[in-house]
Amino acid sequence: MKVLVPVKRVIDYNVKPRVKPDNTGVDLANVKMSMNPFCEIAVEEAVRLKEKGVATEVVAVSIGPAQAQETLRTALAMGADRAILVQTADDLEPLAVAKALKAVVAEENPNLVLMGKQAIDGDNNATGQMLAALLDWPQAAFASKVEVSGDKASVTREVDGGLQTIEVALPAIITADLRLNEPRYASLPNIMKAKKKPLDTKELSAYGVDTAPRLKVLKVTEPPKRGGGIKVETAADLVMKLKNEAGVL
Amino acid sequence: MAVLVIADNDNATVRDGTHKTVTAALRISSDVDVLVAGQGARAAAEAAAKISGVRKVLLAESDALSQGLAEAFEAVVVPLAANYEAILTPATSQGKNFSPRIAAKLDGAQVSDIVEVVDANTFVRPIYAGNALETVQSTDAKKVITVRPTAFKAAEEGGSAAIETIDAGAAPAKTRFVDQQIVKSERPELTAAKIVVSGGRAMGSAEEFQRVIEPLADKLGAAVGASRAAVDAGYAPNDYQVGQTGKVVAPELYVAIGISGAIQHLAGMKDSKIIVAINKDPDAPIFQVADYGLVADYKTAVPELMDELAKAGK
Repeated sequence: MKVLVPVKRVIDYNVKPRVKPDNTGVDLANVKMSMNPFCEIAVEEAVRLKEKGVATEVVAVSIGPAQAQETLRTALAMGADRAILVQTADDLEPLAVAKALKAVVAEENPNLVLMGKQAIDGDNNATGQMLAALLDWPQAAFASKVEVSGDKASVTREVDGGLQTIEVALPAIITADLRLNEPRYASLPNIMKAKKKPLDTKELSAYGVDTAPRLKVLKVTEPPKRGGGIKVETAADLVMKLKNEAGVL
Repeated sequence: MAVLVIADNDNATVRDGTHKTVTAALRISSDVDVLVAGQGARAAAEAAAKISGVRKVLLAESDALSQGLAEAFEAVVVPLAANYEAILTPATSQGKNFSPRIAAKLDGAQVSDIVEVVDANTFVRPIYAGNALETVQSTDAKKVITVRPTAFKAAEEGGSAAIETIDAGAAPAKTRFVDQQIVKSERPELTAAKIVVSGGRAMGSAEEFQRVIEPLADKLGAAVGASRAAVDAGYAPNDYQVGQTGKVVAPELYVAIGISGAIQHLAGMKDSKIIVAINKDPDAPIFQVADYGLVADYKTAVPELMDELAKAGK
């Protein structure tokens, strides 16, 4: 079974994003970039499927700039077998990424696409579901447990108020939620080994997909700041203030 | 042209997020229809018909819709799209599951998690975990939008829209519902509660979380929330999680106990009207957003708070 894992290069999880003074976007110059945390979880799950003997090959793919090679090397160091960079300088919307991934799926014919539920930059939570729609494949979004047997996957999903288990026929799209697993750190020997694993680079334009943006970004602004609060000394003081000053009790 | 709101419903009734999404929809068009998709959901459709400003309620019923399967929603909604310029869904787990699938089928972008309707084509949405707000203008003929319910006021009741039964579409051939475990609770729903009491990693165990957080929540008639750290550590179930990757809440009063205030948690609660933080670390980032901060160990502060609330008649 072949597993395709799309990954995205984003601002590092621990960096506080700053809005550019001209309100055109978020300043990414000289900012630490990493693999999107949900993508790491998807890579980890794919590698575990291989370690269990369920998957035979794990292919990582990224649609992004030349620097996304580093992100793909991270996936290779975690245990992916090979990687594909579909290179573009444009910042693509989820629909465009899904169209590009559909073209990659047509070339690679994976049995399963395992990807993060959302990227922490655009916070759209859309690409996996869109790819499933474009391929007419079943989807299991927000997975917290995945079991593959034969041509089916049983997926436990995080839903409003609890958990739901569904069974999808393969090929299918699964998107990873936070509690699916805890991704491993790549060891130094594996990082060295990853440098020798195959990484193909292709130009997005070669796929001939329509990636024109549908949303025009008019401006990006800082959210309103909360006014400074006060410290109270005691629980009694707190209750008095909540009751008389804030009026919320 | 009209717009369609896809209701968040449990067959018996429509949840508050539906009323709030109707408010957003009315900013786009005065003709707002609501789709109630479920099984045995006529009562929910009747509840939707009472929302003020709703023109018509469409009722589609099948097991697969009641189970929230994205493929089933695609089968019902895509054929309806010809009648609407926009399709809005509350950004719940369920809405986030099926809405992008519908957008892609209509060859449209999704405008995700909007917090403001500027005009019929222009919307404001948080990006980077709420650290920035993006104003976008959609160029799609059919707009597919998910709405952050806490950012809009609920539409009032008082309508009497007609209910029309529509075809539920084909059942998904490649997806099968197996089972679900939904936590039943007497407490208010987290995203709709007026007061939320949340616990963090400082609780140290699930037992301590239940011993400290839950009685305080019950005293205040509040919903219970948790930080990601507390959920990851197994102190609280995943659906308690407040934050960028969990639920976004904006109650009248948010009480954070033993929560340091990581960026990802703040993204989920910083729009609350009043924020109270109790933490023994005076430098915890949570104090930067708190209206009232109490620097104290929760082990002594929470029992004192319970006593004071009792004295205040709570």
